[in-house]
Amino acid sequence: MSHAEDHEGTRRDFLYYVAGGAGVVATGAAVWPLINQMNPSADVQALSSIRVDVSGVEPGTQLTVKWLGKPVFVRHRTGAEIQEAQEQDAEGVDALPDPLARNFNLSADAPATDANRVMPSPEGEAPGAWVVQMGVCTHLGCVPLGDAGDFGGWFCPCHGSHYDLAGRIRKGPAPENLPIPPAEWVDNGTIKLG
Amino acid sequence: MSGIPHDHYEPKTNGEKWLNSRLPIVGLLYDTLMIPTPKNLNWWWIWGIVLAFCLALQIVTGIILVMHYTPHVDLAFASIEHIMRNVNGGYFIRYLHMNGASLFFVAVYIHIFRGLFYGSYKAPREITWIVGMLIYLMMMGTAFMGYVLPWGQMSFWGATVITGLFGAIPFVGDAIQTWLLGGPAVDNATLNRFFSLHYLLPFIIAALVVVHIWAFHTTGNNNPTGVEVRRGSKDEAKKDTLPFWPYFVIKDLFALAVILVVFWAVVGFMPNYLGHPDNYIEANPLVTPAHIVPEWYFLPFYAILRAFTGEVWVVQFASFITGGIVDAKFFGVLAMFGAILAMALAPWLDTSSVRSGKYRPMLKWWFYLLIIDFFALMWLGAMPAEEPYATFSLIASAYWFAYFFVILPILGVIEKPLAQPETIEEDFNAHYGKADADATPAE
Repeated sequence: MSHAEDHEGTRRDFLYYVAGGAGVVATGAAVWPLINQMNPSADVQALSSIRVDVSGVEPGTQLTVKWLGKPVFVRHRTGAEIQEAQEQDAEGVDALPDPLARNFNLSADAPATDANRVMPSPEGEAPGAWVVQMGVCTHLGCVPLGDAGDFGGWFCPCHGSHYDLAGRIRKGPAPENLPIPPAEWVDNGTIKLG
Repeated sequence: MSGIPHDHYEPKTNGEKWLNSRLPIVGLLYDTLMIPTPKNLNWWWIWGIVLAFCLALQIVTGIILVMHYTPHVDLAFASIEHIMRNVNGGYFIRYLHMNGASLFFVAVYIHIFRGLFYGSYKAPREITWIVGMLIYLMMMGTAFMGYVLPWGQMSFWGATVITGLFGAIPFVGDAIQTWLLGGPAVDNATLNRFFSLHYLLPFIIAALVVVHIWAFHTTGNNNPTGVEVRRGSKDEAKKDTLPFWPYFVIKDLFALAVILVVFWAVVGFMPNYLGHPDNYIEANPLVTPAHIVPEWYFLPFYAILRAFTGEVWVVQFASFITGGIVDAKFFGVLAMFGAILAMALAPWLDTSSVRSGKYRPMLKWWFYLLIIDFFALMWLGAMPAEEPYATFSLIASAYWFAYFFVILPILGVIEKPLAQPETIEEDFNAHYGKADADATPAE
C-alpha cells in the first residue's frame, strides 16, 4: 500500500474500530466478575459426597436425605411392589411421557425400563429392591409425596404430577422422570451419593 | 414540560431569580404540580396517588424492618418473630408492609384496567404505558423476593417454584437457575441476594415513576372521553382543564383517606387474612406444603402458567414444530410472561380510532368479560391442579390472549363507535351543567 492511498479516513476508521473493540472487551471484562459472583461459591461448589446408612430402611419404607441442598429418596421396595413395577414396565417405554432413564450412572440415552431405574441390589436381595432418586419434581422443583398418586409411586402436590413405582412420570405437567443421582453401594448397608 | 399551553413559573424575588438562574428546580416543581389536568376526570383517576403513597409506605416501613431483620437462613425466621414480639410497634410496621404490598397491587390492577378501558395506552401515550408495565413487572419481582425474606415454608417453596420457571428455558435454563440461586437449591446465597435486590428495586421503581409522570405530563392526561385537551391557545386549554393543584390533589387525597380507612381496618383487625398460615412455619427443604399458593396478586398469571399442560393441543403443536425444544413446562412459562406482554402490546394491537371505551359499544362488553376473566383466573390460580379447574383455567387463559390478540385488532375494524363530544368542556358541562362565565371553576 502506498502512502498516497493511506489517507486520513482509513486510519481514523482503524483507530475507531480498535478503540471501540477495546472498549467492548474492557466493559465485558469489567462486567463479568459482577455477574459471575452470583454463581455458586467455592463452599457450595465443593461437591459433597455423602454416605447414607440404609441398613435400617425396611422394605416398604423410604428414607429422605438431603444432598446438595435437595432431597434424595431412598426407597426400599417390597416384593409386591417389585412385581407391580414390573407390570407397569410391561407397557413399554414408548408409552411413557419420558422414555429416557435419566440415570446418572448409565448412558444418557438409556431407555426408562424398570431395570434401568433401580439400583443394582446388594447380595442376597431380589433385583429391583432399591430405588434411589432425587426427590425433586421435574416440573417446578417441589418435593413429591411418597406412596401417593395414581401409579402407586410419588405424587407432586404442587401441580399434580404422578410418578410410578420407578419414579417415572406418568401424568401431569412434569416433563421428565425423577433424575437418579450418582449412587453406589459402599457395603451392604451403605450407599454413597455423589 | 407539558404540551398543553399554561402559565409557567416566573421567579419574582431576587432570591428566587438567583436560584432559578442556577438551578430551575422551583420552576420544575411548579410546572409539575400546576399541570393542566382535564377537568372531567372521574374517580377511576385517583389510583395514581394511591400508588405513589404505597411506594412511599413500602420504602419507609421497609427501611425500618431492615433495622431489625437478619438475612440468614438460620436467623431470618427468628428475626421476623423478634420483630413481631419484641420490637416496639414492630408487629404493626410489619403488618403495614405486608398488607401495603396488597394495597399496592389492588391499586395497580385498577390503574391498569382503567387504562385498558379508557384507551390510555393509545397514541400518544404508549411510552407512559410501557413504562407503567415495566413498573408493574418490577413490582412483581420486588414482591416475590420480599415474600422469600421471612423464610417460612411458602417463602422457600414459592422461591423454588418461581426460580424453577427459569430452569424451563431450553439449553441454558439450568445454568441460569443455578446462577440465580447461587447453588443447586434455594439456600442462604439465594436469601442474601433476594434481600439485596428487594432493597434495590423499589428505588428503581421510584425512578421509573418519575419517567412515567414525565411521559404523561408531556402528552397530557387521558380522560374519560378520550378527547384531547384543546391546545390552540392558553384560554382554550383553560376551558378544558384545571390545574392539578389544588383541584385534583385535594380530590385524590380525599379518595386516599377513604381507602386508608379500609386499609387500616384490614391491618388492624385482619392482618393475616391475605397471607398463608404455612409461612409461619420455618422453611424446610425436605417437606413441600400440601398446597403451594402464591400471593393473591400473582394468582391470575399463575393460573395461566399451570393451564398449559402436555395434554393441550396447542402445547403439543408448539412442541412438534420446535422439535421438542418448547415443552409443556417452557410453554407454560412463555404463556405466563406472554400474558403480561400482551397487555404491554395493547397500544399496537388496538386498531380502533376511538380512544375511550365509553364510545365503543362492542368493546365495552368484551372488556367487562376481561374483568370477569381476570377474577376467574385469580380464583382458578388458588385451586388445586385438577379437573374441572384445569379445563376452566385453559378457557380463561385462552380468553385473556384472545382479548388482546384477536378482539382488540378486529373490533377496531368492525365496531361502529358512538358519537363523541367535541371537547372536554362539552362533556363536563353536559355532566355538571354549564358554569357561569364569571363563576370560578371551583363551583
